[in-house]
Amino acid sequence: MRWKPLLELAFWLLAFGAIFLLPRRLLLLNEIAILALFALSLDLILGYAGIVSLGHAAFLGLGAYTAGLTAKHFAVDPLIAIAAAAALSGLLGFTTSFLVLRGSDLTRLMVTLAVALLLGEAANKMQWLTGGSDGLQGVTVSAVAGLFEFDLRGRTAYVLSLTTLLLLFLVARRMMASPFGMSLRTIRDNPLRAAAIGVPVTRRLVTIYTIAAIYAGIAGGLLAVTTQFVSLDVFDFSRSADVMLVLILGGTGYLYGGILGAVAFKILQDVLSGITPQFWHFWIGLLLVLLMVIGRNRINGWFTALAQPFRRHVDREVAS
Amino acid sequence: MDGITGGRTSEHKRCMLTNLFDGIASGMVLFILASGLAVTLGLMNFVNLAHGAFAMAGGYATVQLTTKWGVPFLASLPLAFLISAALGAIFERTLYVHLYARPHLEQVLFSIGLVFMAVAVADYFIGSQQQYAVVPDYLKGRFDFYGVGVGKYRLFIIAVCGVIMLTLQAILTRSRFGAQLRAAVDDARTARGLGIPVARIFTLTFAVGSGLAGLGGALGAEILTLTPTFPLKYMISFLIVVTVGGTSSISGPFLAALLLGIADVAGNYYLPAVGAFITYALMLAVLMLRPQGLFARAQ
Repeated sequence: MRWKPLLELAFWLLAFGAIFLLPRRLLLLNEIAILALFALSLDLILGYAGIVSLGHAAFLGLGAYTAGLTAKHFAVDPLIAIAAAAALSGLLGFTTSFLVLRGSDLTRLMVTLAVALLLGEAANKMQWLTGGSDGLQGVTVSAVAGLFEFDLRGRTAYVLSLTTLLLLFLVARRMMASPFGMSLRTIRDNPLRAAAIGVPVTRRLVTIYTIAAIYAGIAGGLLAVTTQFVSLDVFDFSRSADVMLVLILGGTGYLYGGILGAVAFKILQDVLSGITPQFWHFWIGLLLVLLMVIGRNRINGWFTALAQPFRRHVDREVAS
Repeated sequence: MDGITGGRTSEHKRCMLTNLFDGIASGMVLFILASGLAVTLGLMNFVNLAHGAFAMAGGYATVQLTTKWGVPFLASLPLAFLISAALGAIFERTLYVHLYARPHLEQVLFSIGLVFMAVAVADYFIGSQQQYAVVPDYLKGRFDFYGVGVGKYRLFIIAVCGVIMLTLQAILTRSRFGAQLRAAVDDARTARGLGIPVARIFTLTFAVGSGLAGLGGALGAEILTLTPTFPLKYMISFLIVVTVGGTSSISGPFLAALLLGIADVAGNYYLPAVGAFITYALMLAVLMLRPQGLFARAQ
């Protein structure tokens, strides 16, 4: 299987090459990179630790508002604004992880949903800070590291988002290949046995939930910095639902799922909203329903059968 | 001076009572809307986030029947129930039945997909503006009851919902059907072995739950906002009712719905700056402290 690293290399080269190959679609590509990072973040908790979340947008939204407000009021470097977003989202992830760890899947769904709603409502009511339903306006962003000004074409934005995505992806891959990542998968597959062989279940889950929150916060920070605007819809339920769909489209538990899913999702969105601007969610919904009724396992089975000679790592995702 | 303060206090008290009354009415509607979910999610353990779509169908059915086809409002209510129930039965037989045994995650994704579709379909066929049903004149307006303003329509809602709640309670706890349902939920295999038609009972339950949601949507067309995003907007309210109320009885969700209705009306009136924030915070607190529900017995 010597060619697998080559394939990866080709993928990232293509992603960076798009700066020159698709200079007109850089804004869309930037959105894809951010969505991919957001989905990668969800993959860390859903694909590796088995934590279901209906409110992952809480971290995206907090990150976006933090970065937006930092950039607006302190006129700092965008990288520092994003770092602030990461820090605050991480803190929120750490605090709420204790709520999420309790109880069953159902409780987790409700708790994550409630946290996202709570933050959305707070942002809505704190008009003096967030601008309420008008959105956070007047965010001016200085040049990245003092060198790269943001341009209207989205070139700087895309390079920044893609570089961040690549770096965080590499970190995530290193983490998931380490004993830490192994222990997470053990917990996902059987928490009781994991605890019995000495895996500190609670501590591991708190850690990964915090890391995932940091990732999502960075995605939010990138969103705010590159679009220079934040609106209340960053906390929307449909954000949390969309990112779940993105991840399911791409497949959970092998890190590329979020990225491939984001590419597929955004292209789908672009094409569908070209046909029916207002109603593209219908097709997304139909896709979800069909996927689920046919069954994830069965579809994964088809893929495995099709790609038997190509994909060794699929075995891992089918197990989930 | 005494007279002035006294007058103000009683004015205040009247206002409070009117608010309380309105809160009870919207709580009652909420209960009817969520009661089906209390059974599917609570008893059958199926995470059906698309429950609100059936409610929306009922609401739109009533609007359509009363405004376009001239059906009297009272007659449109049972029709809304039947339409939503039929939709529920069809969807249960064709789609939901495949997902009973699946993990919660897949049920969530499936039902979110249905919600997206329902929102888009409603938007496509009806449009995004708010819809109103034609309420007959004798249900309009308020009358004075010892100084407390009582809306006739809200009184009507409370009466209808009260009757439905008592009927439901009786069916679930007293009837043969209720016993069969509980048996089928507890252990489907054994129940089937005893000759209980489990699949048919689930379909019927799902249909009745959807029908009740439709009836709730029809009744609430006047006091809730009926727009295509209805299923998303009220999803969280239904979930709150079911989680806070617990699932061991019908009275739990009923009390939770009343509480939520009153808190909502009172919150909007007295603490508009905080609004739904308190509701969500309370829900989180209940989830943390009593995951089995506020009104359920600890296991």
